Parts: sequence; C-alpha cells; structure tokens
Amino acid sequence: MTQTMFDKLWQRHVVAGDDGEPQLLYIDLQLLHEVTSPQAFEGLRENHRKVHSPERTFATLDHNVPTEDIFNVKDAISRKQIETLRANTKEFGIRFADVGSDEQGIVHVIGPELGLTQPGMTIVCGDSHTATHGAFGSIGFGIGTSEVEHVLATQTIWQTKPKTMGVHVHGKLPHGVYAKDIILGLIAREGVAFGTGYAIEYYGDTIEALSMEERMSICNMTIEGGAKYGSIRPDQTTFDYVRGRKYAPKNMDAAIADWQTLYTDSEDDFDRVIDFDVTTLAPIVSWGTNPGMAVPVDRPFPEIQNDDDKKAYNYIGLKPGQTAEQIPIEFAFFGSCTNGRLSDLKVAANVLKGHHIAPGVTALVVPGSRSVKNAAEKLGLDQIFKDAGCDWREPGCSACLGMNPDQVPAGVHCASTTNRNFEGRQGVGARTHLASPAMVAYAAINGHFIDIRKVAD
Amino acid sequence: MKPIGQITSTVVAVMDDNIDTDQLVPKQAIKDTTRKNYGDVLFSNRRYLGDGRLNPEFVLNDFKHEGAQILITGHNFGYGSSWEHAVWALRDYGFQAVIAKDFNDIFYMNCINNGVLPVKLADEQCDQLASLPADQPVTIDLPQQTVTFAGQTAQFEINAFWKDRLVKGIDDIEATETFDNAIKKFEQRRVEE
Repeated sequence: MTQTMFDKLWQRHVVAGDDGEPQLLYIDLQLLHEVTSPQAFEGLRENHRKVHSPERTFATLDHNVPTEDIFNVKDAISRKQIETLRANTKEFGIRFADVGSDEQGIVHVIGPELGLTQPGMTIVCGDSHTATHGAFGSIGFGIGTSEVEHVLATQTIWQTKPKTMGVHVHGKLPHGVYAKDIILGLIAREGVAFGTGYAIEYYGDTIEALSMEERMSICNMTIEGGAKYGSIRPDQTTFDYVRGRKYAPKNMDAAIADWQTLYTDSEDDFDRVIDFDVTTLAPIVSWGTNPGMAVPVDRPFPEIQNDDDKKAYNYIGLKPGQTAEQIPIEFAFFGSCTNGRLSDLKVAANVLKGHHIAPGVTALVVPGSRSVKNAAEKLGLDQIFKDAGCDWREPGCSACLGMNPDQVPAGVHCASTTNRNFEGRQGVGARTHLASPAMVAYAAINGHFIDIRKVAD
Repeated sequence: MKPIGQITSTVVAVMDDNIDTDQLVPKQAIKDTTRKNYGDVLFSNRRYLGDGRLNPEFVLNDFKHEGAQILITGHNFGYGSSWEHAVWALRDYGFQAVIAKDFNDIFYMNCINNGVLPVKLADEQCDQLASLPADQPVTIDLPQQTVTFAGQTAQFEINAFWKDRLVKGIDDIEATETFDNAIKKFEQRRVEE
C-alpha cells in the first residue's frame, strides 16, 4: 500500500490505539518555554509525577524576555514566569537554555539550530508555531498546556490522525518574491481555515529549491491556514543542514539512510491536493486583522463583504481600494520564529545597507536566537542595521506578540516580518502588516511599502 | 475533570467568524503561572472600555444573558495560538459548552482536555440558536449527542473516544499510565532497531 510521508511518520510513532480512532503517539522531542509550561509542572507536582524522559525535553526563554536588556526583567509578572521555568527545569532535571546562553532563543529557531529537530521525529511544544519543525520531514504540532503536562508525564499524546493535503508549489520565484510570499499568498487565496482537519505537505520544484530557513518560514505559518501540521520531505538540503549540529545523530549516514525513506509515494495518497503556481506571484502584504486578509502589493484592498471585513477596516484605519503603498508605516519589525533567522537578517541588511530608515520610523531588529545574533554580528550586520537607524536587540519573541516591553503603539502601522496581524497582537491598537523581510526593509526606508519587483537587485 | 451529561442553560451568542485566541484572552493574562481565575479576562478587549468600565455594547455585559453557560459562535472559533488560557477563560467565566460552526484544531483539543464541551453544528442551526430569546433554555445531551432548542433536536458529531472521556470525567494522564507497558515496549523496540 502506498502512503503519504505523514502516514509513514505517524505509523512509526503509534504506541496504542486502532486506525480511525485517537491513537497514543510517542513524542521524540518536547520543547518548552516559560508561558505555557508553568501550569503543566504544577500539575506534575500536585500529582507526584516525574518527567518521563528529561532527555527528550529542552527548555528555553523566549516570549517574555526583554530584548533591550535581556538580563534585567523589570516586569514582575514576566520575571515570575521566567524564574518559574528556571526552577522547574532544575527540579525536574531538564536541559535549559537560560538568557545569556549560546543556545537561548525562540524555541522554533533553536530546535533546528541545535540539531534537536531531525527528520522522522514527532515534536511538540505549547506553541502553535511548532509546525515550523515539519520543514525537516517531521511531525511537529502545537499543543495546549494539559497536553504539555501529558507529554511530560508519559512522553506520549492522544491524537486523532488528520486527513492529508498536498500543496504542490511549482515554478521559479520572481525577483523580489520570497518564501514568505508563498505562504502569505496561499493563505490569502485559500483562507484562514482551509487546512482545518488536515496535515499539509508542501512539495514541488519551488520547495526543493528553497533553503531550510525558507522552508521553515512556510511550515511555520501553516497554522495560520488552519492546519496544525506543515511538512516538507527531507532531502540533501535537509541532511546538509542537520549534519554537524550539536545534537545531530552521531551516526549521520545511518540516519540519512533512514530519512531517505520518508517521502510520499504518490500524489494520489493525499486526501486533497491543491496547486500553487509561483511564477506570477507578487510580494504579499496583509491589510486586515488575520493573515488571510492580504493582497499582492500592486492590488487594491478588497471591498467590504462581511462584518469581519468591516471590523478589520475599522481597526486598521484603511479603506477598500487603497493599496499597500498608501499605508503610512511608522514602525518596522524584523524578527520572530517566521523570519528571525540569519538568512532573513541578511536579506534585510542587504536592502538597508547604505540607507537610512525614513524620518519618524522606529525599526527593531530582533535576532531569533543568541546564535543568530552572534553570527550576524560576525558578518557586521548589526552595524548595517544600526547605521540605518534600527535598534539592534537581544534574542526573543519581542514585538511579534508584545508580551514583553517591545510593543507597537496604538494606531501605528507596523511593517512586520511576523506571522499574525490579529487585533492587539503587537500591542493594544497596533496595526500590523505582514510581509517578507525585504518588503519590510524597503517599507522602513520609504515610510510605506513599495513594489520591490521594480527595484534592481 | 467533572463528568458531563446534560447541560441545560440559556445561551449567549458572539457570532463573528475567526475569533482568535488573542481576542479570547489578552496577552497580559497569559503571563500568570496558575490555571485558575481567568474568567474576568475573557474577551477583555471587547468586554471593557479603555478606562476599565464594562462596555455596555458587548453582549456578555447584557444582564439578560447573565448566567448563560453555552456560547454560540461562528466559523474557525479559537483560531491562533495554542494558549490553553483561552479555554480556561471560557470555563472560569462559566461556559460549559461552546456551539460553533466549526473550531480550530488545537483549540478543539484544549476544550476536550478541560471539559468545555465543543459542539459543531450546521451554520443555520448556529444562526437559529443565536437568535433565540435570551430567556430560552437549550439542552445539550452529550451521551445522546443532541442539542434541543425551540422544539427541535439537532444531532452533533463527537469522536467516541473523546466523548467517553468527557462523559466519565476521566483524567487523561491517569488513563495513559495504564499504557505504561506499551510505552516501555515501544521504547525498547526503538533501541533495538
């Protein structure tokens, strides 16, 4: 019988349960952060339970940490959450990348970076963007705190097997169009719930040509299309990325031989297939309050079709018929688990080099991890950003969700490399516009988005 | 977890589609380290005005709907983050069930794991429920998988496995601990391979 990659991965991890019923899946890796774990540890303590497999668990700090002075957490509530994780990891014997550590950063950046994330694995985290790890040919999905506790206690989780969807992405990406535009364009076309009930696999010549970091950006935002899981078949690009990393398998050749069996046998094995041609794809910018409310940079914002649209326009302070070039940008944010990796910062720095951000624009550059920060500084990217008038910060989630001091002021339009543009996401009243790092860099320079396809390399 | 059988209550409707987790709980509230007392922050950006007073325009603040234990809503409810705090807020506010046109996948499981019953009904039925008079009770019968309102009974789907857990109020981890041997065997097999 032929199978999808997802089916193969799933089958490998079933501990108990029949097909068609919720099954008990074994979890190879759980990543923890300070926000969704305290109650899970509390539950373990209340019931006198231990952590089943501390060696399959890794914790770090990302959501709450201040990025200006990462060692000085002024917010008492944030500090408590941070100290709680510090104490919990110590008590339960879990590896912990504290602030200042070379291994600290956004969970979805450090997992791959450290080689913790590997093809063939099941990976969970109390964070919806865990889909990111599917880029390695693994099953990665976000879970709630009860499930975090369940995995800590048993190293397993009950899950209903989703249906599978293949997204065939093909064609050469035009100049000025990036991986971020693929996923934003897909969600703009298909809506924010097209993936509900499905595990998605992205494949095709476009995907094969992408770097691991680009693949991660796509899988990362799969949840914005409603699917918990987004994955890509592991190939030479994947193997080359994993090789040599701290927690990579000792016997890489044997590992690769196994990983090479992870692929979808036939397109027919998917429950649903959709086609996405990128040859005419344009840079995408979100205008509204969910990631599906987005348009190509050269297209007008849509007419109001329902109450959702009306509410979104009302919040965002824009009108149907306007274009992205007419959004007055006063804030630019570079970072997040979507676009806070070295290649993203390189793209942005390349645009900003020799330029200055427009008067009145505030720009934050927040590396996704300490390791990204160090690598960027080694390349002199920090200086390019600073010369351009940007703030160069410490690693964390920062203004992607504004749980820390980094927030976009009310009413201010922010060009952002992040993943969500919900009401209040980046701060109370903040107006988020999602786009690729290159688009955000040009928006910071110009004070508005431009069609970067018209700019020479 | 408390077993769920029948829930009879009046309803309150917030019919927007794509109500995301940021709307359900503000970020400042998820910085807490406990599982309790999230009721006051539910829908806080809509429930309260800038100065902290109750927003009289928001339906949850309408005294006619006080005590409603069933929330009626639109498509893709619970979209966004995996924050279980969103479900804790619904639970602590007093909602025992949410009837929606459909749910986000992660959110649905968070509901199951906290004994807040997620019920998916057809669009028309949700719209009908939303327009019921404020004092009219609705009955959800989990064992029968039915919702009875205004003289009609609608059937809903729920996986038998999850239903069993909710009806019996089973503690998930305790139940899984009975699979200890299977987990050990699985780990052994892995090492041998």
